[in-house]
Amino acid sequence: MTVPSATPQQLATPPSPGTPTRDRPAPSSLPRRRAGDRVYALVTTSCALVVPTLLVLLAIVIARAAWPAASQHAVELVTGTEWDVSRGRYGALPAIIGTVLSSILALALATPLAIGAAIFVTELAPRRVRAPVSFLIDLLAAVPSVVFGLWGLLVLVPFLRTGLFPLLINAFGAVPFLRGPAYGPSLLSAALVLAIMILPYVASVAREVIIAVPQSQREAALALGATRWEMIRDAVLPYARSGLVGGVMLGLGRALGETMAVTMVIGNRHAIPSSLLDPAYTMSALLANEFAEASSDTHLSSLMAVAGLLLLVTLIVNVLARWLVWRVGHDASRRVA
Amino acid sequence: MSRDLTGGTPVVNPTLRPSALTSRRRRSALMTALTWAAAALAVLPMAAILIYLVVGGASAFSPAFFTRMPAPAGAPGGGMANAITGTLILIGIAVLIGVPIGLGAGLFSAERSHTRLAKLVRFVAEVLSGLPSIVLGIFVWEIVVRPAGHFSALAGGIALGLLIIPLVTRATEEMVKLVPTELSEAAMALGFSRWRTSILVVLRTATPGIVTAALVAVARAAGETAPLLFTAFGNAYWSIDLRRPIAALPLQIFAYAQSPYDDWRAQAWAGALVLLMLITAMSLLARAVLRSRRALSRGDTNVAPPASSGVR
Repeated sequence: MTVPSATPQQLATPPSPGTPTRDRPAPSSLPRRRAGDRVYALVTTSCALVVPTLLVLLAIVIARAAWPAASQHAVELVTGTEWDVSRGRYGALPAIIGTVLSSILALALATPLAIGAAIFVTELAPRRVRAPVSFLIDLLAAVPSVVFGLWGLLVLVPFLRTGLFPLLINAFGAVPFLRGPAYGPSLLSAALVLAIMILPYVASVAREVIIAVPQSQREAALALGATRWEMIRDAVLPYARSGLVGGVMLGLGRALGETMAVTMVIGNRHAIPSSLLDPAYTMSALLANEFAEASSDTHLSSLMAVAGLLLLVTLIVNVLARWLVWRVGHDASRRVA
Repeated sequence: MSRDLTGGTPVVNPTLRPSALTSRRRRSALMTALTWAAAALAVLPMAAILIYLVVGGASAFSPAFFTRMPAPAGAPGGGMANAITGTLILIGIAVLIGVPIGLGAGLFSAERSHTRLAKLVRFVAEVLSGLPSIVLGIFVWEIVVRPAGHFSALAGGIALGLLIIPLVTRATEEMVKLVPTELSEAAMALGFSRWRTSILVVLRTATPGIVTAALVAVARAAGETAPLLFTAFGNAYWSIDLRRPIAALPLQIFAYAQSPYDDWRAQAWAGALVLLMLITAMSLLARAVLRSRRALSRGDTNVAPPASSGVR
């Protein structure tokens, strides 16, 4: 931007006493000022255009790179269970199932905790406890994925292998999805790490939408004789419901695309897991492990197709989530008005 | 919803029999206790991770960690000088790319907030920030690394830069919206053109907020690993050449965590500790800048840019 050249003359010129106010800028500066405004508008508008363009480009570039695989063996990609590069088999179903299962499990573990913690922080916590709890949960959101992976791999997985899994197998060995040899890296360990990772996101959205519930709702419930919990259950949560669902969806989006931590603890085995204790694979882990070493054009293009599928799914989940969260704010302001 | 309180099924039990009331109270107390438990469980992992970081990293955390190169497998000692430098370089490139574009886009969507483009930018920025970062890495691989034929620090920086654009955009918009309209109206009334009002009055007043936004975005970019896997790629040796693969702290942690050597694992813990300290420092700095914001913007309204440039 050409700030310096235009600066001194244009505005620092003191108006001569006789000049009427509307003529105050020197006549010569008017076109220049218009030019400046035009440049400014052009620059900010182009920056703004970058954002949607980036999303469109992202979709186009990946779709184009995935096209060879998608056009030749799309069916095998989404239904095939065998991924063997040396034999030219590219069935990504185990990775797709692993992604879906680990994310849903993580969500099931994280949602009650996140919403409970959000209720605690907004409605019930004593003032002194509120700030540190919020701070620690926010801090959790700042921890990089690879650090969760490190902790998961070196602390959580060994603990699960020697501590929790043998217990689970002894107690519930008859239950099909808890059978196992206890390897350690497994669907369940991935789900646990993912749950910890998405918890702060769900909790922070939940906190926001609960705060957005008008105070009059709470007062009305209390005035009718509701206990604290009845007030939360009947007046606060229903009001915030769509926002809470949105927050959970945002968490789902994170979990689906989460890469590093999952790659490190899920075991990376190309097979549909039959038990929570089995090693599994996810789409993002598949990309992280194989993309840099893609051996042939078909291999590369198949990985691109997996990336495209991942992009599509997370895009849909995110758009839906944003819409749901946005609706709460919108409804709230409309109702108050 | 108000419907729940008035019509349909009565939600608040009207019976005031003592037994009914105590059971309701008991249930309320139980649920309160459960939310306490939920909060405690939510906080537990953070505490556990912090403790392990300090315990696991302590042995490798020393001045040498910052100044020495990685030691060969099995040999004790060594450091991550190359990875720390690499991460700083990558962040630098990311800031050069992401902050100006995000700033411009944020200014646009704050100043013309009712245009269709502004609404689109706002929505897309939020959606973009939720997309998997590994997809961004693959995108940059396809448009930068593949045509060039090799991994490079530049590609890694571009990937991180694209990653922070939506974050800076949203944050800038929020910060610019906080600037009182009276300020820009006053500037325009004094004969300022639109663009000078934006840059000298609005931006200057919003600067602390925008610095905060940039710091938060950088803190996010510093820990990202997935977008670097196929762009910056990592490098076991010292390199600051932007056209070559470069080491990065998260990549090094990823590699060492999966190694069978205890020394390397200790290095990974220490690396994670340094990374988290870097991120926390930036977040704390961001908070501090934001806290000084009020004082600063108050100062700005008194000694507003119009007056000072008039004196000049």
